[in-house]
Amino acid sequence: MKARVHVMLKNGVLDPQGEAVRHALGALGFDKVGGVRQGKVIDLDLADDATEADVAEMCEKLLANTVIESYSIEMQ
Amino acid sequence: MKAAVVVFPGSNCDRDLAVAFEQAGCEVSMVWHKDSALPEGVDIVGVPGGFSYGDYLRCGAIAAQSPICKAVVEHTNRGGYAIGVCNGFQILTETGVLPGALLRNAGLKYICRTVDLQVATSNSVFTEGYKAGDVIGVPIAHHDGNYFADAETVAMLEDQDRVAFRYVDNPNGSIADIAGILSENRRVLGMMPHPERAADEGHGGTDGAAVFRALAGLVTAA
Repeated sequence: MKARVHVMLKNGVLDPQGEAVRHALGALGFDKVGGVRQGKVIDLDLADDATEADVAEMCEKLLANTVIESYSIEMQ
Repeated sequence: MKAAVVVFPGSNCDRDLAVAFEQAGCEVSMVWHKDSALPEGVDIVGVPGGFSYGDYLRCGAIAAQSPICKAVVEHTNRGGYAIGVCNGFQILTETGVLPGALLRNAGLKYICRTVDLQVATSNSVFTEGYKAGDVIGVPIAHHDGNYFADAETVAMLEDQDRVAFRYVDNPNGSIADIAGILSENRRVLGMMPHPERAADEGHGGTDGAAVFRALAGLVTAA
């Protein structure tokens, strides 16, 4: 069993790296980009009996800092 | 006064912090991250700056899960004193001992220079050697020092007079210019600037020494 966790800064939390990427895209002439947010993808190899609830607990305890970040889980 | 300084793989301000405690008259022991208990009778724990565990995942995130950090959290829950500087502040927010989080600097650059801080409250053992409004010069050296908390938390910190230091000229985008905060019982201080690097004439300034000076008088082991 595998799971993919996406961790993103919450809406409303300034993402200076995303902003820098947006500026760089603009400098390259990509003028259709309104905003960029940058996050993390974490792939987990799991035991067969692992559940989404297990992964959610991992996110709450370690993988995301829920003060500033939100997460989403894809079980694969 | 007995002090313990935690050493993580990647800590690089642990000895500076220990010297600052010693100069303030504390008896200091160093504690390794794999230890699961603090030495008997420790009054204050110092969580030093550096790059614990290589800043993997998030600054302070892995350190916050280490065995010694569980002991540090228990120490603060019992009302014990603690100071976290720079990476130590990040670790204390990751453990939940202090509210908020430290984001990447708004300008994206690592900043290493002395900045002016305004003392926001003298109501704590760490800041009683200053007067509220004093401006002191203390070095910063961080890439992720942009303090963030939601509006409700910032209002609570302000209402409870828990902002210890503010930047005079905000270098990193911190909300409300916050450079350091206190716990609800005012016994835990977290700050991004390094008072232990401004605690000796040889450092080029001693404006940070007063953060440690009052500690020697404390005798309340937690």
